[in-house]
Amino acid sequence: MSTGIEKEMWTTKLRKGWQKNLPVEKLLPDTQPAYVASWIYMFGVATLASLGVIIASGLWLSFEGASWYHFSSVGHFVNSIHFWAVQFFFIFMVVHLWGKFWMAAWRGKRMMTWVTGALAFVGSIATAFTGYLIQTNFDSQWISYEAKDGFNSVGIGSKFTVTNFGQMILLHVAFLPVIIGVITLIHVLLVRSKGVVPPIDAFNKELGERK
Amino acid sequence: MSDRRTELEAAPWGGRTRRYDLIKEGVVAVVIIAILAAVLSTLFGSPDDKQITFKDWATAAPADFYATSVQELAGTSGTAGYGAPYNTASDGVNLGPLHLAKIMGVTHPVDTVNDFVITPLTTVSNAAPVADALKLWQASDAKQQSTWATNYDTALTKANQDASKVPTGDYGPVPELAAGLLTMAQAGSLDGALLSQGNYFQSDNTKQTLFLGDGSYFNDQSTASNLQGDTWGMMNETGRYPGQAWLWLYSFWYQIPPFNNGDSHPFGANADAWIMVIMGALSLGLIIMPLIPGVRSLPYKIKIHRLIWKNYYQEENL
Ligand code: HEM
Repeated sequence: MSTGIEKEMWTTKLRKGWQKNLPVEKLLPDTQPAYVASWIYMFGVATLASLGVIIASGLWLSFEGASWYHFSSVGHFVNSIHFWAVQFFFIFMVVHLWGKFWMAAWRGKRMMTWVTGALAFVGSIATAFTGYLIQTNFDSQWISYEAKDGFNSVGIGSKFTVTNFGQMILLHVAFLPVIIGVITLIHVLLVRSKGVVPPIDAFNKELGERK
Repeated sequence: MSDRRTELEAAPWGGRTRRYDLIKEGVVAVVIIAILAAVLSTLFGSPDDKQITFKDWATAAPADFYATSVQELAGTSGTAGYGAPYNTASDGVNLGPLHLAKIMGVTHPVDTVNDFVITPLTTVSNAAPVADALKLWQASDAKQQSTWATNYDTALTKANQDASKVPTGDYGPVPELAAGLLTMAQAGSLDGALLSQGNYFQSDNTKQTLFLGDGSYFNDQSTASNLQGDTWGMMNETGRYPGQAWLWLYSFWYQIPPFNNGDSHPFGANADAWIMVIMGALSLGLIIMPLIPGVRSLPYKIKIHRLIWKNYYQEENL
């Protein structure tokens, strides 16, 4: 039914590309290949779930303000949830990373899945770091004092000022999580779109497909 | 890898499948992790060592605070001699011929004399000797001010920071100014004055943090908490809590030669910059790892994948 005009439209192109690469059956399938049966597959989901808990507890902390948790016991509890969820997040992400490495999970045109994952890793470290700077306690005083030298040494400190609380809090709650969120979203959509990578030995010598 | 193989690996899976409920898995994961986090939070809480204020510092270590104030006036403190982005007192660290901080310029001007001492003193009503000292200082030229401050700084250092042991000399109003700042800090009014610098809204703590770091008190507290960079402090947390363990590799470089020796040139003295470069390169390496020959072949040589997909390989006799 498409006319020549539709073909030119960006909207049409987006819809068609989307339908081709990520139809909803692929996004939310009922089945997975038989080889998706290993404990290692839990770690991507566990990382994602930890991120969910981090964001939820972080939003709560944002609404109450940066100093809330020093004097409220509820605040201290929510801060603790945020703190421990971050520890989980990194543990799971690192196991996930090593898992994907030993599975050579970038095979079969999945390079961008690896790249977005690695970007999420580096970005998460930056985000966590800014989090440590806005604890408004002795630890954040010390970390900002020490870290300034690293950033200053290569000129980054002229724009990214770790001793500037206002800048750090804005980056931690706005800019960086949005970036991590977007990168993670792309990462997960890529996995859904490409399907889970087959095992390294899934194909026999003649490269015939195994059932 | 051959193109044929890549095509097969990229193609939609045509083999056996199994039921798999992604959404259920995700929801269960969130619930479990929320519960785990709640349990740990209840058992252990989270670290929160109280911030150090100038009042704390001036009360607990008055001699250190007093001497640091004199250094700020004399221009001998760490901040006064730092260079970019705070001032032009030095070239800062370098990467060989590249002085990146200097190139980026003074983006956060900090004038230790006025920002740390004189301006804060003008925001309170001082006792007569301090008020007179302030008047005398402000009426004198820079050269005179510097002579007084340097004389007193040198004498105080010689007297091991004990002001009562400093012989009389040509110090002008400097001792009174430092004493005035000490009184102000002990009363708790320096924190706010350093931050606001005469403004209403303020969210940049750079000046406070730099001043705090110029003294020994702050550093001693951090040593006591094992937070110093040369003892893996970057990954540590106050109290008995896990810190930023993921910074282990970054922290690692500070523990080994030449980077652990601040006096060795060119690398040790510029460790901050070189380690930043190394970590930048390694991060980039991680991101493009699938393109790096050798590293990307490891999973084929060290066959951990046989373990990961053990069940599948068994079922399929592979
Ligand atoms: C914010 C952090 C991250 C989240 C939330 C996340 C989430 C996920 C999820 C849910 C999956 C699918 C399930 C699975 O295979 O485990 C996945 C797959 C994958 N992840 Fe991550 N990931 C993150 C970081 C990383 C990192 C740091 C890397 C490696 C540098 C990475 C590389 C991969 C690869 C290559 C796949 C595809 C696996 C396949 O096709 O079988 N991810 N990720």
